[in-house]
Amino acid sequence: MGRAAFDEMTGRPNGQAAEGVRSAYAALKEWLETCPPDFFDTRRSQAELFFRRIGITFAVYGDNQSTERLIPFDIIPRVLTKPEWELLERGLKQRVTALNAFLGDLYGAQECIKAGVVPADLVYRNPHYRLEMLGCPPPHGVYVHIAGIDVVRVDEDTFYVLEDNARTPSGVSYMLENREVMMRLFPELFAQHRVAPVENYPDALLKTLRSVAPLTATRDPTVVLLTPGRFNSAFYEHSFLADKLGVELVEASDLFAKDDVVFMRTTEGPKRVDVIYRRIDDDFIDPLVFRPDSVLGVPGLMAAYQAGNVTLANAVGTGICDDKAVYTYMPAIVRFFTGEEPILNNVPTWCCREKEALSYVLDRLPELVVKEVNGSGGYGMLVGPHATKRELDEFARKLKHDPDGFIAQPTLSLSTCPTFVASGVAPRHVDLRPFVLTGADEIRIVPGGLTRVALKEGSLVVNSSQGGGTKDTWVLDG
Amino acid sequence: MLSRTADNLYWLSRYTERADFVARILDATMRLAALPASYGGERNEWEGAVAAAGNLDEFKRLYSAVNEDTVRDFLAFSPNNPSSIANAIEVARENARAVRTALTTEMWEAINGAWLELKGFNGAEMNREEFARFLEWVKNVSLSFDGSAYRTMLRNDAYWFTRLGLAIERADNTARILDVKYHVLLPQTERVGGSLDYFQWTTILREVSALTAYHWVYRQSVKPWLVADLLILNRQMPRSLANCYELLVRHLDLVADAYGRRGPSQRLASAMQARLSGTKIDGIFALGMHEFITDFVSENNKLGAAIAEQYLV
Repeated sequence: MGRAAFDEMTGRPNGQAAEGVRSAYAALKEWLETCPPDFFDTRRSQAELFFRRIGITFAVYGDNQSTERLIPFDIIPRVLTKPEWELLERGLKQRVTALNAFLGDLYGAQECIKAGVVPADLVYRNPHYRLEMLGCPPPHGVYVHIAGIDVVRVDEDTFYVLEDNARTPSGVSYMLENREVMMRLFPELFAQHRVAPVENYPDALLKTLRSVAPLTATRDPTVVLLTPGRFNSAFYEHSFLADKLGVELVEASDLFAKDDVVFMRTTEGPKRVDVIYRRIDDDFIDPLVFRPDSVLGVPGLMAAYQAGNVTLANAVGTGICDDKAVYTYMPAIVRFFTGEEPILNNVPTWCCREKEALSYVLDRLPELVVKEVNGSGGYGMLVGPHATKRELDEFARKLKHDPDGFIAQPTLSLSTCPTFVASGVAPRHVDLRPFVLTGADEIRIVPGGLTRVALKEGSLVVNSSQGGGTKDTWVLDG
Repeated sequence: MLSRTADNLYWLSRYTERADFVARILDATMRLAALPASYGGERNEWEGAVAAAGNLDEFKRLYSAVNEDTVRDFLAFSPNNPSSIANAIEVARENARAVRTALTTEMWEAINGAWLELKGFNGAEMNREEFARFLEWVKNVSLSFDGSAYRTMLRNDAYWFTRLGLAIERADNTARILDVKYHVLLPQTERVGGSLDYFQWTTILREVSALTAYHWVYRQSVKPWLVADLLILNRQMPRSLANCYELLVRHLDLVADAYGRRGPSQRLASAMQARLSGTKIDGIFALGMHEFITDFVSENNKLGAAIAEQYLV
């Protein structure tokens, strides 16, 4: 585990006498100490009931027991101060600006490859690099309209970016519903704290989507949300967002393309679609271009997109930014495209495609976290300190066989927050996923994001598919 | 609105209506089967229940005997019967989930809450009392769903498509009862001492929750031809064929006005409504009640197909 983790309430490493309290958490700590235990029990079951009634569920792939289950919700909020948030906000804007410029360059002049900022083969051999996008800039030049940047904290002053999610980041519905539940359950707490609101997220998202409508669209562009359907694990979120945005929730079969224009089938006949907020991967967008075996796509959609008659958010080909090998080059990418030093740093990372790095990683495997460059959702990763001898051997073999496919990072002591567990309140590791919206006009971020918490003692894996939970995230205003 | 959304709303209403219908059939059959033989009990009422609320061929493929246990299982809980109550609630909720955004919170909570509660019922272990409570619960689910739709939805095409689903399903259900039981409603079955059939007639009225309504409308003892009149032609009676077609015509017209276009479904619905309002029950008996009902069922299915073709795909 390395050194003990920074606790966001006490400000001290875990394990030491937890007497102090950081001022942002002072009122919360008192609340936790003075309210009777059965008060919390009732509130927790009320929260659970609320989530079940509204149907906020999450399907876990490969889990036949239940196709729908709740992500555990912890009622103790995670608190960030205004200065902390302002730092994050500046860093996030800088990073997403760089991501968009980077993509525009990869599918355009490719200056960053010529300048040696990123290795050419990392780009050209990447499965998420889409040749269809070459020389075909999306409307208004925006590629990543919605980004989920995962941030972790290791001490009072240091935040790291853990990964960039530039494809179809999910989780924002939990950010919104968690706040809703908290406001219903604990109005008193909200009166004591000045918590920046998040409820304007759907409005900001709609403004963003409308701002990037193609030039051929009318002044009142038609926006839709494209879902793989109700068997998708994030379907609740898709329907929730469509509802909040006031746009149609469409499946691929509801759309068709004719003469390079996309339409949806309505009870009144075909209606033209201008902006598609798509929550399906590139592979499943258009069977004519990507996966011929896919039944999810809309034949002809890609041609309409290339003709500039429809906007896809996010653009096709953004997945290359999610690649964990590309991630290792992000500090250089930020410098190259913004001319500034990165405000938010990467976690120190060994890119196993580099020879020296690989041998270092193989030597220190039991101390490191190893991730597949194209993996997501916490699947296919090795947490060295928690792995068995067999798992370590197996990963060593994988690494030697395909070094390009992996990166490694030190086992970070992610910060902890007080969390309800079976034995009472205990510190648990957390991360943060803020959502960054980029429109033709401006970058919008609502204060906060989704805090994910690893509910198992000592666990660092916060993914909901691996037993993680969520918390409401408070940014104190002043 | 999206055609698929309209389709989901339409089937959501159809299946909640169907759950209610099957519950009523089971409820009425339990009463009838409990009567002493001299009052018409102990005939195989359970087979009639399957014929009205399910598919007899499918039933016989799955079970070796027709009795209370097998029919209860088939109609209320079986996953193999697409129209079982459990299946109807499941399908209704699947449709609701697909169009979560087109529903009001109240509607969603009514159907999702029912779906969650349904898991708490264990059909195999229920005694008669518990089963009766279960049926009561099912009827309440439909009441609260339909009530929340009526009380909370905007009066636009989304609402109209839920009404269309409900009316088509209801017309089909009433016609199914008539199809199975038409022989006890024919005038010639009123023999001397025909009270044997009295309980059959009242059972039919119970199945469409019209026993009290009958007395208010006709102010006399239960006569089979008046039962037929009530179920087919009486426009005041919510589950009569005539009333269902009034609903269908009205809501199809609203849709047509909003979209500025009429089509085959408007024409089919108006034609059937004209036929029902231009007929007397004697005329139906004279031409053959069985033929009338068979013809109605096929026309009703045609209208369902026309609505689907015109709006739902």
